[in-house]
Amino acid sequence: MIDLVWLIPVFPVIGFLINGLIGRGFPERVIGWIGSLSVGTSFVLAILIFSELLGMDAGSRSREVVVYTWMLSGKLNVPIGFLVDPLSMVMMLVVSGVGFIIHVYSIGYMHGELGFRRFFAYLNLFVFSMLMLVAANNFLLMFVGWEGVGLCSYLLIGYYYEKKSASDAGKKAFVVNRIGDFGFLLGMFLIFTTFGTFSFTEVFAAAPGKLPAGGLLITGITLLLFVGATGKSAQLPLYTWLPDAMEGPTPVSALIHAATMVTAGVYMVSRCSVLYAMAPVSMTVVAVIGGATAFYAATIGITQFDIKRVLAYSTISQLGYMFMACGVGAFASGIFHLMTHAFFKALLFLAAGSVMHALSGELDMRNMGALRKKVPYTHMTYLFGTLAIAGIIPFAGFFSKDEILFYSFERHVGFWILGAVAALMTSFYMFRSVFLTFYGESRVTPEAARHLHESPPIMTVPLMILAFLSLVGGLVGIPIFEGLNRIGDFLKPVFAPAQAIINGAAQQAHAAVSHGAEAHHNVGLELLLMGVSLAVAIAGLLLARRMYITEPSRPDKIIEEWKGVHTLVYNKYWVDELYDFLFVNSIVNFSRFLWKRFDDLVIDGIVNGVAEVTRWFGAGLRRVQSGLVKDYALSILFGVLLVVAYLVLR
Amino acid sequence: METLMFYILSVVTVGSAVFVVLLRRPVYNVLFMILTMIGLAGFFILLRAEFVAMVQLIVYAGAIMVLFLFVIMLLNIDQIRPPVQARDIRWWAGALIAFALFGLILVVIKGIVLPAMETAVVAGQSNTELVAKELFTTYLLPFEIASVLLLAAIIGTVVLIRKQS
Amino acid sequence: MVTLHHYLVVSAALFALGVIGVMIRRNLIVVLMCLELMLNAVNLSFVAFSHYLGSLEGQVFVLFVMVVAAAEVAVGLAIAVAVFRQKGSIDVNDVNLMKW
Repeated sequence: MIDLVWLIPVFPVIGFLINGLIGRGFPERVIGWIGSLSVGTSFVLAILIFSELLGMDAGSRSREVVVYTWMLSGKLNVPIGFLVDPLSMVMMLVVSGVGFIIHVYSIGYMHGELGFRRFFAYLNLFVFSMLMLVAANNFLLMFVGWEGVGLCSYLLIGYYYEKKSASDAGKKAFVVNRIGDFGFLLGMFLIFTTFGTFSFTEVFAAAPGKLPAGGLLITGITLLLFVGATGKSAQLPLYTWLPDAMEGPTPVSALIHAATMVTAGVYMVSRCSVLYAMAPVSMTVVAVIGGATAFYAATIGITQFDIKRVLAYSTISQLGYMFMACGVGAFASGIFHLMTHAFFKALLFLAAGSVMHALSGELDMRNMGALRKKVPYTHMTYLFGTLAIAGIIPFAGFFSKDEILFYSFERHVGFWILGAVAALMTSFYMFRSVFLTFYGESRVTPEAARHLHESPPIMTVPLMILAFLSLVGGLVGIPIFEGLNRIGDFLKPVFAPAQAIINGAAQQAHAAVSHGAEAHHNVGLELLLMGVSLAVAIAGLLLARRMYITEPSRPDKIIEEWKGVHTLVYNKYWVDELYDFLFVNSIVNFSRFLWKRFDDLVIDGIVNGVAEVTRWFGAGLRRVQSGLVKDYALSILFGVLLVVAYLVLR
Repeated sequence: METLMFYILSVVTVGSAVFVVLLRRPVYNVLFMILTMIGLAGFFILLRAEFVAMVQLIVYAGAIMVLFLFVIMLLNIDQIRPPVQARDIRWWAGALIAFALFGLILVVIKGIVLPAMETAVVAGQSNTELVAKELFTTYLLPFEIASVLLLAAIIGTVVLIRKQS
Repeated sequence: MVTLHHYLVVSAALFALGVIGVMIRRNLIVVLMCLELMLNAVNLSFVAFSHYLGSLEGQVFVLFVMVVAAAEVAVGLAIAVAVFRQKGSIDVNDVNLMKW
């Protein structure tokens, strides 16, 4: 069964080909179900492989399946191969599972849209690229998927390409991603020149012996790879594309934020855990960037009124958590959070899409309110998602986020404080969105109110499934008690080498200050931190309730008091404007210079000059064609004379 | 005797050729051309090529030159005197190149060394017979093709001359 | 004793005269005649070589040249007639339509 792993990415590509090439005349339903079922089949196959993997011995759950030799040139040997281990398995399940649910939802959401077929074709291609990314067994094949998701995000964000803001957002996503990809490529090249191979297993096996831990080379490699990750996973400073990415249809946002695309960076860092473990500096950088992003994006999230924008910043913030987890060495926790986040973020986006659907495309939360009764299912599921992301027990986010906070605390209390404050803000702004949208007084515009309706079952059923997953998803990783943290144990073999390196370094450090190694779980501390984070989440909830239900005039007053800060944060710290000023404008000006000066004058000058010279010669030479027989005879004779003279006098 | 004949023929041929080139009335040109042809036929006889000499007389001096004469008479161009034009650069260049070519050919001729070989004319067989044998055995195919060429020339001439209705 | 070279010099002289005629005469018919002169000069060379090499090929060639010459004269004179009908003159310098 494991040998069939290559079929997992193949099914979506079949769907893509059917819909993309021959689906022209198909009715909407057929196109939608072809697209959905191709991903669903992948999901079923992933489950089958997963169950087989579970049946194997924990230590030997890693198989490479090489299907085909892609490139063979001297030292370079790149197979099309797949690596099946717990990490890629979890990712495949999440990508295909959540992807499938989003596909089904899209059938309802995209109903009647122009380019329905194109949408599903791209969606399938998107899932295919992401599956390639997570299933690949070498860096180059991973890069194919990596670029593929970049391309598909461009296509899908710019789906409404007639709208300038949408096509701009697509271009922005692509260009910013390219900047990150540049770092990733350089990292990949460094890996190849160092190890002479792209294969994950070979690189990771060779790395500890070949390079000194903490050396310059390994730090360079990991930092360059991390640049790629910041681009793909929207971390500081390359996060700016993600908020704009909501220009695409809502299911696309859900797909980008939850299952595909942004998780790629986290996955890649986790996949390279061995390399990162060897470079403590890079680990610290990852953790700091992650923590800073978590905090920074949360502050922006508080001030936004666009419901999808709030969710977008929450995604950036949550991704920051995942990177913080990776940075402090808790890779398994990062992946765990990735999984739970996929559930509740997909849920939140799809629910937000359902709200939009109900309100004829309204996005501004100031024009919502009191929708609780009108769209009960959407309300319930959105609430589930919010409880999960805020970290209220027993929802999924509680366990995963708490685990990250615990490990950050163990590493350095500063990370914990960053994470806890971000968690407070997350809880606050998520409940703020709930209260603004579903509670309080109705601020819905009259014409939107007339069409107000709950979404059809094809949209609400996926919401309920995701809500259920958001509720129970965290139970696979209950931290404190030995044996209940199933996902942690499942992932442990993958991260064991990295863990060993980190522990080894830690032990040396501990030995230096002659302190006993203390690697075991501190149950008491963990319970305390759990309590604190729960309290923080509830505090956020209460704060939001107070400000938006009990005293609706309060926020304006606070804004009045903190006007300067609010303006700064509301405008997203003017980072977009800053980037425009620093990079975009200078490049545009330089390009304009090249166009006006170099292209128009030099290149065109050369081309036109050649034409001009040719014309001039032609004008001169045509005089030779006098039409007189005599002249032709003369030239023939002259030629004869030359030839004979040459032959005679040679 | 042979030498004497050669020089006489040379003078006649080359002299009349000069008149062909220089005289301004086309009819005179044709007449001196005929004289040149006859001189050439004489050369051919000296060279023991009796058949070619006869063909030269009949075809060239007879048919072709008469054709020229016909055209000149029919068009009555003998009366048309194109105005004398100044000798332009083409005139001088053409003449110069012609002389240069002549000089070059003389250089070539000077360099020719004949392989030692007796003039073997098989006794008892006439020149005509030998040529005929050669023509109808070895060169049969070119001979037939030559007839096709003549046919094409006939058709072409008719098409060119035909009055447009 | 008359040698091959004597004949060849005569032939060369005739050929050069033909060339001069073609180059300096403007009457189309005379130009054609001078072409004939050149062909005849070549014929003379052929026959002379044929004689002094003891081979008949030269004479056979002369016959073929005559065929070509006859065809050429026929077509050339036809063109001359056509030109005369068109232009009322047979000056080659008047025929210059095929130019830029």
